[in-house]
Amino acid sequence: MNDIGSDRGTRRRDAGDPRYAGVDSGSWTTKAVVIDNAAAVLGQAVVRTAADLPVAAEEALSLALGRAGVDRPALSGIRATGFGRHAVPFADGTRTELDCHARGVRHHVEGALTIIDIGGQDAKVIHLDAQGHRIGHKMNRKCAAGTGSFLDEMALRLAVPTARLHDLAVAYQEEIELGSFCTVFSGTELLAAIRQGKRPADLARAAYKSVVKRVLEMDVFAGRVVATGGVVAHHPVVVKLFEQYLECEVLVPPHPQEMGAFGAALLARELDEAGRRDDGA
Amino acid sequence: MPPETRRLEFRSTGRMRELLGEYFARVGRAVGEKSVPLAWCTSVGPAEILRALGFEVYFPENHGAMLGASRRANDGMPKAHALGYSQDVCSYMTSDIGAFLSGSTPLENYGLGVPRPDVLVYNTNQCRDVKDWFEFYGREWNVPVAGITSFRGLDDITDDHVTAVARQMESLVLALEEIAGRRLDASRLEEAVRLSRECSDLWKACLFSAAHRPSPLTFFDGTIQMAPAVVLRGTKDACDYYRLFLAELEERNAGGIPAVSGERHRLYWDGMPIWGRLREHATLFAEQGACVAASTYCNSWIFDALDPADPFRSMARASLELFIARAEGPKEQYIAQMVERFHLDGVVFHDSRTCPNNSNARYGMPRRLRERYGIPSVTIEGDQCDLRCYSPEQSRTSIEGFVEQLAER
Repeated sequence: MNDIGSDRGTRRRDAGDPRYAGVDSGSWTTKAVVIDNAAAVLGQAVVRTAADLPVAAEEALSLALGRAGVDRPALSGIRATGFGRHAVPFADGTRTELDCHARGVRHHVEGALTIIDIGGQDAKVIHLDAQGHRIGHKMNRKCAAGTGSFLDEMALRLAVPTARLHDLAVAYQEEIELGSFCTVFSGTELLAAIRQGKRPADLARAAYKSVVKRVLEMDVFAGRVVATGGVVAHHPVVVKLFEQYLECEVLVPPHPQEMGAFGAALLARELDEAGRRDDGA
Repeated sequence: MPPETRRLEFRSTGRMRELLGEYFARVGRAVGEKSVPLAWCTSVGPAEILRALGFEVYFPENHGAMLGASRRANDGMPKAHALGYSQDVCSYMTSDIGAFLSGSTPLENYGLGVPRPDVLVYNTNQCRDVKDWFEFYGREWNVPVAGITSFRGLDDITDDHVTAVARQMESLVLALEEIAGRRLDASRLEEAVRLSRECSDLWKACLFSAAHRPSPLTFFDGTIQMAPAVVLRGTKDACDYYRLFLAELEERNAGGIPAVSGERHRLYWDGMPIWGRLREHATLFAEQGACVAASTYCNSWIFDALDPADPFRSMARASLELFIARAEGPKEQYIAQMVERFHLDGVVFHDSRTCPNNSNARYGMPRRLRERYGIPSVTIEGDQCDLRCYSPEQSRTSIEGFVEQLAER
């Protein structure tokens, strides 16, 4: 395959079993995954991206390597993805998260797929054909609706940590709808509902329903549906809601939050193997 | 970091800059010395009638593009919003009005402010906003506003459509003659239409040279090189310039000199340019080995229908045939034909926040192109001038991801 990302040179190939790493420099969190040559995940890490992208990437990779018990020089390839992919100085090259999420999911699930990826600041819908080739994608419009940031804002309004929003929502009793597209307006709706005496649990569920509906509006969902991303990983109610609205099973592959980093590691492996074949030819 | 790309400049551009300098000097003399009457005209308005009557013709959309390209659009725009011109209406209009209100414009480089005309002449074939735009200045300066209320969303163009527009053009003449202080000379009108058609044919030849692999120019080059077709249509200067430019393009094609080094993917751009990000986009696509070889936007100054033997009806037909005035069906067929003609791999739709009339991803077009013609596409959101509506990072990911998708095929 033609690697259209930038290349920064060829990593040393050790005699032992090769190891590969992928780093997903996201807007909210940076993820790193270390795999072996059979694509088994040896170690992974998620750290806050904050203001220094290279530092976050370094920290995530170091943690993942430590958990994998792999030394950095043993890596035969590192690829970066995510919005900060061009700010990962030690990566051998880059690919978009569209490619890497598709690549990661394709490793776990075959056939024509619609992949939903919900991250901190964006949501994506990616289509794969029966052969696993990407045939199109949609990204959220330029606002926080349908993303993790929306949930952060709603949690703030409900005065609970975002990590607790899920537990709150599963205890709902009444279905409530938030009508607005806008995060700020939804917050205002939420406050109005609180004034009317609505229960926080019902409002938490309403916030999740809003996220799911914004994503469903982005595209037509065909084939098997797979969900990935930090929101999916930490808020499983989102998957239940997708299943409810789509009336089909929604698959969640292992390590959904690290799927982009996993896909980047798979890419590193694929390119390294292609290089080895070329060297042997 | 992505590999560095170097843009190959066109030699002809120096002559274009001279022509534009001479043009704006004439506009300045029309305002300051009253050398000739000055008319504002929308980009595809009846410029030939105005030229035949001896007007110097000023195109304010060109000013909108200048404000966008110089990233000064957002400086004045808030003043227009505060006057009641919404953030959701044409940002060419709001940035132009904002520049006028704030007294700050890139026209200063030519020694000009926003020039006060003797008449403002519009054609609504592109949108209603142009009329509202001109009416603002009509009130502000107490200057007459005249124009053509055209048809939009046309499937087939009938003789009735042409007649209705041609009659409106004819009925403009009397008022324009009074302002110009001269009668419309039929032979001068024929000559203006002849020169416009010649300019259109030459510009088309320039654009269609991009059907060559590798393409000698990109859409981003085209948005710069189209300036004479916009502001000098109906003049000999414009024709002479495009003869010069065409020769350079043919020279590039003969030598196999590409606009994008290592061209691997060829794309179509639909919708407005994002003027303030033009260079960034040119670089972004070039980094991916992708040449945006053709566009709806640059093609909008091709007027195949113009015929000096039948000036009014042919001007009417030319204004109605434009892509922007057509229905979804003809637009879809047009894009599919362009993709085939230019050997393109996919389409980039720019969904412009404030230009709904030139944003074609809003009524299911991308899906239909994929399902009916197998043409892949990506849609990026932005605006021709208002950079508040554009996310560089999200667009970069979408564009890079799209090119990666094409590379997989």
